[in-house]
Amino acid sequence: MRDEQTLHEWVQASPEFAELRSRLRRFVFPMSAAFMLWYLGYVLVASYAPRVMAIPVLGYINVGIVVGLLQFVSTFVITGVYVRYAGARLDPVADSIRTRMEGH
Amino acid sequence: MSEKLGSPILNISVFAAFVLVTLVVVFRVSRNNRTASDYYAAGRSFTGPQNGVAIAGDYLSAASFLGIAGAIAVNGYDGFLYSIGFLVAWLVALLLVAELMRNTGKFTMGDVLSFRMRQRPVRAAAATSTLVVSLFYLLAQMAGAGALIALLLQIPNSNTVGQGVVIAVVGALMITYVLVGGMKGTTWVQIIKAGLLLVGAATMVTWVLGRHAFDFSELLGEAVEKNPSMTTATGAVKELGEKLLIPGLQYGASDLAKIDFLSLALALVLGTAGLPHILMRFYTVPNAQEARRSVVWAIWLIGIFYLFSLVLGYGAAALVPGGAQRIATAPGGSNSAAPLLAYQLGGEFLLGVISAVAFATILAVVAGLTITASASFAHDVYANLIKRGAASPDAEVRVARRTAVLVGVVAVAAGILARNQNVAFLVALAFAVAASANLPTILYSLFWKRFNTMGALCSIYGGLGISVVLIVLSPAVSGSPTAMVPSLDFAVFPLANPGLVSIPASFLLGAIGTLLGRKDEAADARHAEMEVRALTGAGSEKATGLKKPTPMPKIQV
Repeated sequence: MRDEQTLHEWVQASPEFAELRSRLRRFVFPMSAAFMLWYLGYVLVASYAPRVMAIPVLGYINVGIVVGLLQFVSTFVITGVYVRYAGARLDPVADSIRTRMEGH
Repeated sequence: MSEKLGSPILNISVFAAFVLVTLVVVFRVSRNNRTASDYYAAGRSFTGPQNGVAIAGDYLSAASFLGIAGAIAVNGYDGFLYSIGFLVAWLVALLLVAELMRNTGKFTMGDVLSFRMRQRPVRAAAATSTLVVSLFYLLAQMAGAGALIALLLQIPNSNTVGQGVVIAVVGALMITYVLVGGMKGTTWVQIIKAGLLLVGAATMVTWVLGRHAFDFSELLGEAVEKNPSMTTATGAVKELGEKLLIPGLQYGASDLAKIDFLSLALALVLGTAGLPHILMRFYTVPNAQEARRSVVWAIWLIGIFYLFSLVLGYGAAALVPGGAQRIATAPGGSNSAAPLLAYQLGGEFLLGVISAVAFATILAVVAGLTITASASFAHDVYANLIKRGAASPDAEVRVARRTAVLVGVVAVAAGILARNQNVAFLVALAFAVAASANLPTILYSLFWKRFNTMGALCSIYGGLGISVVLIVLSPAVSGSPTAMVPSLDFAVFPLANPGLVSIPASFLLGAIGTLLGRKDEAADARHAEMEVRALTGAGSEKATGLKKPTPMPKIQV
């Protein structure tokens, strides 16, 4: 057993910090995996099944154009969802830990 | 030069006006540049939205602006596919990198990577990788300048002196911005340029769509009808038509081309968050929340710009007389799509504006790269490796300024030598090295507690070495008619982009190195400090002018 801990080690071991880390990781890891799969899946279909992309939707607009634009939409949506999540679930905890540490 | 386009005098005048305005701004904002933090990080005084616009300015290089519109005009859907990779990549920066980097580091990527490792070897590795990526990116930008000059100033490629003088003038201006303005001045140049670029593109998009009753399908239809086929440089006839609207024109020719595109897609999506000149921008804001807002603004602006590019690309194919065929064979190749479209829509004046924006783009991006390379050399190599952390901040900034001049001179020389060379693969290499050497190391050091010095050295040098060697052995360098050295053939690696091999290899090497290496000194305490600082911002670098926090005391528990 160590009998000397730095302030940072003490904070790192606190339940509040563990909650902050877990909230961050619970959001960013699955979300990163999801958008990578969605993007790489799209690239794979575009490369190996271009006929799917050629199916017409409206006039000259085809599935490829629509799915490509959906990549833009999903990027904007994930950005918005993350900003809301971080503002509501991450920032208050981070601020509270930081304020107490810097007031030490 | 086969065709005359617009008036070079007008093109130069609009560009000169841009230079004048930005110089005034740079001189005004830089009057109180004093400390190292002012020079490298603009005193951390920019707001998130300001920095977001500047990031868009930094990221939308000439390759993005002229290259993507051109790729769509000539290769249709494949150009669009390319732009999506460039955008989605920003989610990696937003979710995994930006805020944690901002809280942990001071000026450079090396600050973060070496935080809990042995300082000297890891900083040396981070600086090596920063310099390699920045110099390759720089070289590609400067080489592109030659093609632009040929197109916009009507100085033919055969006129080495004429083009050389223009490249030297651009280089001298860039050095002035960096020396006088530091990061603050450079950031304002990026902001002004991004504004011009977006307004210029929006004007053209409205114009193009207006001609088609704001019906995007009708625009696509006209692009399809006007371009039934084209004759390539080798004389083969390539069928276009409806193929412009589906993937495969550029990358679908063979199984190898498809795998090559996958490799490129991976490098694009993972490389952005490892580009040192992008990472350095996160230090110009006061805290992690502002870093987050910067990325959000950047994502929106970059996304909107790529949507504009989609319209401009198909618009050029539809509206430029001669369509894809003429664009592909114009001076500057497919890069000429946006300027040709501007001329078609708004005549000499709009072409002049777009040309000036294109030059401003090269100028601004090169300035951003120069300040990044000089900061890494002065902060990581000089202050921390040579002076072992004992250099005065004044001396550090002095070294940074001298390095900036040297980098500028190298950029001008390289730009003149590399004119008309096929160096497009250098941008792909910059992204591949960033994705292979930098991103795995950044992610491991932020998220994997056991990661150590040996692991960091293995992933940086491994990723760097493998990607550079594979590029040298690729068809981009030798063995094909479009290669840099077409007369020799040592292309034993089949892919033009090494990402598919080098990125997983670097992740693997980082893990193996970590398991084989020894635990670093005080690893637990340093990891605790890094993680608490990264997630909460406690102890992170503050904006100048605010009081510095006192160092954390050790406490007994």
